[in-house]
Amino acid sequence: MSFFSGFKRLTCLTLLLSLLFAGGFSFTSIPVFANMANAEEAVKSEGTPTESVKEGEKKAEYPPAPKLTAADYPQIGGFNPRILVWIVAQLHLWFAAFVLAVPIFVLIIEAIGMATKDQRYDNMAYEFIKVSMAAYSITASITAIMGGLLTFTLLVFYPDLFKYMASLFSRSMLAYAFLFFAESASLYVYYYGWHWLEGGFKKWVHLTIGLVLNFVGTVLMLLANAWVTFSMSPNGVDPATGAFLGSEWDVIHNFLWNPLNLHRVIANIAYGGSIIGAYAAYKFLSSSVKEEKAHYDWMGYTANVIAVGGLLPLPFAGYWLTAEIYAYSQQMGITLMGGAFAWLFIMQAVLIGALFLSVNYYLWCGMGRSEGSGRYTKHIWWIAALIVGCFLVWFTPHTLVLTNQELKALGGPYHKYLGPLGIMPAKNTAVNIMIIMTFLSFTLYRRANKIATVSWAASGSAIQAAIFVAAILNIIFLGVYHGYFTNTAYKVAASIPQVLSTAVVIISTLIIDSMMFKGAKEVGPLRWGKVPDRSQYALFMLAVSFTWLMGLMGYVRSGIRQHWHVNSIMRDNSIDAFTPTIGVAAQVVTSATVIFMAIVIFIFWLSNISSKKSAVH
Amino acid sequence: MKLPKLLQAVLVVVGVYIGFKLVFSVGLHQPIPSSLLTMYMFFVVVATLLVTTATEESAKEMSAPIKALVEDPSKKTIRNIVFVLVPLLAAWMTYSKLAPSFEAPVELRTIHPAPPSSLKAYGKSFDMMKLENPFSKFQKEDPEKFKVLVKEGGDVYYKNCHFCHGDKLDGQGQYAQGFNPLPLNFQDVGTIAQLQESYLFWRIATGGPGLPKEATPWLSAMPVWKDFLTEDEIWKVILFLYDYTGQAPRSWAAH
Repeated sequence: MSFFSGFKRLTCLTLLLSLLFAGGFSFTSIPVFANMANAEEAVKSEGTPTESVKEGEKKAEYPPAPKLTAADYPQIGGFNPRILVWIVAQLHLWFAAFVLAVPIFVLIIEAIGMATKDQRYDNMAYEFIKVSMAAYSITASITAIMGGLLTFTLLVFYPDLFKYMASLFSRSMLAYAFLFFAESASLYVYYYGWHWLEGGFKKWVHLTIGLVLNFVGTVLMLLANAWVTFSMSPNGVDPATGAFLGSEWDVIHNFLWNPLNLHRVIANIAYGGSIIGAYAAYKFLSSSVKEEKAHYDWMGYTANVIAVGGLLPLPFAGYWLTAEIYAYSQQMGITLMGGAFAWLFIMQAVLIGALFLSVNYYLWCGMGRSEGSGRYTKHIWWIAALIVGCFLVWFTPHTLVLTNQELKALGGPYHKYLGPLGIMPAKNTAVNIMIIMTFLSFTLYRRANKIATVSWAASGSAIQAAIFVAAILNIIFLGVYHGYFTNTAYKVAASIPQVLSTAVVIISTLIIDSMMFKGAKEVGPLRWGKVPDRSQYALFMLAVSFTWLMGLMGYVRSGIRQHWHVNSIMRDNSIDAFTPTIGVAAQVVTSATVIFMAIVIFIFWLSNISSKKSAVH
Repeated sequence: MKLPKLLQAVLVVVGVYIGFKLVFSVGLHQPIPSSLLTMYMFFVVVATLLVTTATEESAKEMSAPIKALVEDPSKKTIRNIVFVLVPLLAAWMTYSKLAPSFEAPVELRTIHPAPPSSLKAYGKSFDMMKLENPFSKFQKEDPEKFKVLVKEGGDVYYKNCHFCHGDKLDGQGQYAQGFNPLPLNFQDVGTIAQLQESYLFWRIATGGPGLPKEATPWLSAMPVWKDFLTEDEIWKVILFLYDYTGQAPRSWAAH
């Protein structure tokens, strides 16, 4: 207990210092903030800029974006500023994503427990937050340290960029610092008040604190997203000079803000689930006690369900974001998907495919917990065949790597038959079928231990099978017809009925299953803990793949600005203003992934020794 | 007779490989590039291993021959042979990958490089973010005029472009075989159907020499057409390309 308390104190201290540091250093000592505050006050007292001043005068009120030379970028020691900021920003994002994600699903599980009055849900939610609290304490402090380090490195190596961004986002940056404090405070009250605020009205209070925690966390993320998306699709500034036009909301509410917001919220849930899953797998493998193994097996399974729940809608949120990037700028869209970064997308496709394979493998292995699984294991091979078939389509590139001989043999850079698989309609079709097949694995897993007793069980299963087949045929038809025989507007629009087909399969199967298996006979008790060790590596694979993916795609999202700090507004004139090769980018992201996973393993190990100490006491 | 699990797995992998070769190289005369086939086969092997180890019984059956090979004293001879063959195979693969050859190194060529944000041609600057075909509007506003414009675009095409890009716009012009890679096939769903008209304007106007750095190596014999065609002629030929192939340019009209 004292071990934890030490960390709590350390964390609080670190957060407080970070806050003071951020507030004191970055917001009062830079003259531009004072100017900004004065300028905004002036605007406030005179009414909105559009009411009070003409366009020309308004532009003159705010300075233009600075035009920099290489000499404006400090060079310190042997540091490569870009790589340093890149790695620090990425580590900050990973930790922040985890810290923000777990309370989201903990609150949902707690609310379900409250609504259904089923104590098991409440216990489960508490288990999640309890076992991850050690990680939280350290993670939160690391997040704060990384956040401070990120601010620090930006100030040191990119002072003019930071000044410019801070001049636009002055209020939201201040709000961010205060919200960070509110996030930490509500997090600790939420966790330590769990048993204190039990039952009746008190439970409502606790739930409300959880809601506040999530609200604050989400707002924090949305603010940070605004800074990021502003640099890609600037808004609220004069397009010619970059001078602020007076409305911070316009700057925040830029073209790509909402698509990124949705993508990150969903991705965080999937990511949080995967990290908790990895934690459970670590504990499962390091435990030799039967009860402990059963406990962590159950936890890994639940975390995996949450991760998969987040993973399933993620490709669609990603597709929307990418479509909006393309709609905003043809140049950025082509750089992203067809140009310099196209092969990073192939790496992304491979990792996403690996995620799907890992999830399915975990579910197939998990059937070993049930005595009745023999009825379904024979279906694994064809489910796998379909998933792999879709996976191969999913990562088939449009731009092929060809030898000269192959180029001659194909008669050009495109493959006549595989070429059409390289564009989005084929990818959307493949990923929808992969999702449906993954859901089928999940459905079979859930059924493995049950025998339906209702009279219409056979008809119910037949209807479900018909829905699966009809949906897959519909997805293929939509992908082929709209994807290859209509224009782009319809191509993009066709992805919506494809997603709806997938949603119909998932929702209708869950509804039919819930009715069909009401009062079902259990084949035997579920044998938690009776899964092979290799299944736990699928959980590790899930966490590592997610981490790696976020790093690679984060780089791509940022990198498509190319030589701009703020796209077409503020040019990057540092010596690093070039796009690194795919190999170099992959090495940097991989190194950052290794650093992150090493810290995560350290956190797991710390929580392990702390629980051992608690057991001794 | 039931085949051992390990043999089943090997047969599946070999069967898929032979299937790919037969279908694409022999049947369709469009071989799968070796880089892609390697990726395909890697995941076929991974998936086969996952399926065969998904249940405890299957995993034991799968690993039993390997375990026996390593542990069973009666298999000493075959073990020694395998232990010599496997490193030799790895050495041969490494050698064949690293041995010098006359084949040019494989290069990743970006076929659709990102366009610049602005384009200088005809003595003015075009903003690629906003650039649109001035004649596209006639498709709805004045279909008769649009038909005339398409026909004029066709005349431009057949006077200048078809020698390489072909009568049917399929990249099979009279001179096409003289180029490596071949001129683009506009009928392919992966070419002009994926692009905005402004992109085509940029590529036609500036040709091979106008390709950006990311498109290296610049394997393109496309002339700089702004030196030979007027601005209107380029826009008209773009109308023709889409009209003839039945493709539609990438647009955000539905947004």
